[in-house]
Amino acid sequence: MSRVPQIGWLADGRRLHLQDGPIDLIVEACGSEANMRAAYDAAARRFTGLLDELCDELPMLRRAAEPTRCLLQGVVARRMHAAVAPFAVDHFITPMAAVAGSVAEEILGAMLGAARLARAYVNNGGDIALHLGDGEQFSVGLMDRPDPHGLLRTMVIDADDPSRGVATSGRHGRSFSLGIADAVTVLARTASQADAAATIIANAVDLPGHPAIVRCPAHDLQPDSDLGARLVTRGVGELSASEIEDALEAGAACARRLLAAGLIDGAALRLHGETVVVAAKAIETPGSETAFNKDAMESALHA
Amino acid sequence: MPTDATAAADDKIRCDACPVMCYIKPGMAGACDRYANHNGELVRVDPHIVLERTVSHGGRLVPFQAGGDWDGKIVHEPSMFVTAIGAGTTYPDYKPAPFIVSSEIDGVDMVTVVTEGIFSYCGVKVKIDTDRYLGPETATVRVQGEAVGHVTTGEYGSQMLSLGGVHHLTGGSKKEGRVTCDALMDLSNCKPVELTIDGGATVVVQAGYPPIVNGVAEERMRVGCGSATIGMFAKQWHGKVDEVVVVDDHITGVLSEHQAGKLLDIPDTGIKMKGRRSTPGRYFQVAEPGTGWGGTMISDPLSVLGPFDPKTARPGTTMLMVSTTGEHAAYYELDAALKPIEKPMPADLRLSVERIQENCEPALCTVLFMGGAGGSLRAGVTDNPVRLTRSVKEALTRVTSGGAPVYVWPGGGITFMVDVTRLPAGAFGYVPTPALVAPIEFTLRLSDYAALGGHMDYVRPLSSLKDNTEIRQVPSPQFPPGQRA
Repeated sequence: MSRVPQIGWLADGRRLHLQDGPIDLIVEACGSEANMRAAYDAAARRFTGLLDELCDELPMLRRAAEPTRCLLQGVVARRMHAAVAPFAVDHFITPMAAVAGSVAEEILGAMLGAARLARAYVNNGGDIALHLGDGEQFSVGLMDRPDPHGLLRTMVIDADDPSRGVATSGRHGRSFSLGIADAVTVLARTASQADAAATIIANAVDLPGHPAIVRCPAHDLQPDSDLGARLVTRGVGELSASEIEDALEAGAACARRLLAAGLIDGAALRLHGETVVVAAKAIETPGSETAFNKDAMESALHA
Repeated sequence: MPTDATAAADDKIRCDACPVMCYIKPGMAGACDRYANHNGELVRVDPHIVLERTVSHGGRLVPFQAGGDWDGKIVHEPSMFVTAIGAGTTYPDYKPAPFIVSSEIDGVDMVTVVTEGIFSYCGVKVKIDTDRYLGPETATVRVQGEAVGHVTTGEYGSQMLSLGGVHHLTGGSKKEGRVTCDALMDLSNCKPVELTIDGGATVVVQAGYPPIVNGVAEERMRVGCGSATIGMFAKQWHGKVDEVVVVDDHITGVLSEHQAGKLLDIPDTGIKMKGRRSTPGRYFQVAEPGTGWGGTMISDPLSVLGPFDPKTARPGTTMLMVSTTGEHAAYYELDAALKPIEKPMPADLRLSVERIQENCEPALCTVLFMGGAGGSLRAGVTDNPVRLTRSVKEALTRVTSGGAPVYVWPGGGITFMVDVTRLPAGAFGYVPTPALVAPIEFTLRLSDYAALGGHMDYVRPLSSLKDNTEIRQVPSPQFPPGQRA
């Protein structure tokens, strides 16, 4: 195979871009010159061949996870299974629901194994694994478009916080969603756990049977989708304010259960311009953007 | 880059670009969103588009690496031009535009700053070549019931609409903004959009195609108003027919009364026109505007005539009635009671009708995208945004959109217009703000770029783009750009 991962610096010269097939990572490490070099070397080394490892077990990764037994061999594959297993009793979920976060964690782990870093992250298309040394923090911005006015709110993760993973799921992403959320962003202990939980919560933001929601069997769109014949959301038409509230509440109820079970540290759910936050810790809204955050509903829903 | 794919059953193809080996259905992308099945062919959907400068209409897309590997040579004619399509936008994460590319053109080191701009202040100006009545000036234009713009005025042979703009995008309801954004994006990507005009017509507009007014496709623009048509063709009718009426919503012309007829000594026929006479042989308002003959509502042309004057008219008088586009025509002779009776049209008159048709150009819808490059977009190009504006005004910096030439409106800021048919397919996207994402490129001398505070550290040679610039662009099959959750 002539395929080689694409490994290169972004235009700013300080962030590493790693891409292989569907995996697309942006990596940044902060530390001494020598440690940064060692970390980036380790990231590139671990990345090479990682996709092949996953693909070796792809058929099993695409099957519904068993809650109590894991026959997978690869370290990343087993992490994927571990992340989705807590949900496998009550839901259909495959290890693929945690693939992005699990890969991010693996690369970050390789970097931390090779270098002492003050702060680092591996961002796998929005599913992010974090490292925070003492006193360090990381701000995560939730945006609805890539310019300064698109910033909806920011979440600051301190070294003292338990969260080291951030993930976003929704119907606009690369993978299909069973729900209608535009985006569900989750903070959790690890990126793989955040990834799996975001999938489950985004699926729960739904209005079953609503005529304005267009659904289609996943395998009609992608013949080898792990979701098989399950109906995935293709379009969401007009929804009334109360329907938006109902759908968000269904997701928020799911998020509160996961929060109580210790599976997540917080979640922000967004649908048709409305946002609901479920969190033990405040998620701040930038003062300049109050226009986006008018709804009284969200404050009532802080857990 | 491996781009082989094996055809499998029911038109899905198997991508072998990576070990995931996705089966991809037509019109869909693989798990990576980078490779897609475009009519049974595996194509890249995320890359930069590189245009060869060409005189052919609309510019032809060429593979960046056509004919083997990049040879590293500085580009000569035909020059490669890097467009912003697929460049993405990255601010405010880091300021420099995603790609600042240097290439050498005419021996001068040139810099092209390539970005995809987000335009909240944008819209389209639509010119619809038709004389048919579309609606009153300032009437609201709607898509799916939502106000997306308004009728402005008539231009020569055309009706003008102004669609979009910041008030419809972000000033109204969420639905109005979303519908407006979708309509603008579709129109800009040369897709058809059905517009309904309050108190007027329903028209399907697609850039580069004839308008479809109330279900009927327009064919031709008029060559002139009815009066002008009389002036142009009077000599050709002289001696072949006694009277000609050119039916027109604006000015209907009558040959025997018109100055052109008088100069040819064409005798009076006793014709009596309805409507308001402007000057001899020229009549306003012979009928209500509509989608019938010559942009009027009539289907029977005789309805614009009163009875012939028995003092002047004589039986056997011949008369041609024709619309300004030649699309409608009929031939009459007066009977003993001086009543016009339709008869088969003589060949030489048929020829004159065809001549009118021939002189009427094909009716088209044309769509100009108009947007303003805001301060933050300009800051992606230089650390002192106003200098970029000045440089554009002084013509040191050339602005293009997807490689297509633009007209930069005089005055402050960088507000430009571009003919959407000159951009490659799928060049426009949107963000849910809602706002449109359009490519914009600034090309200038490297030395000028340095002088205006350019991000010199980020300038990359053209050849360095080869690794992530791929064969060609097709519209992203699943998701609009800028919307990746």
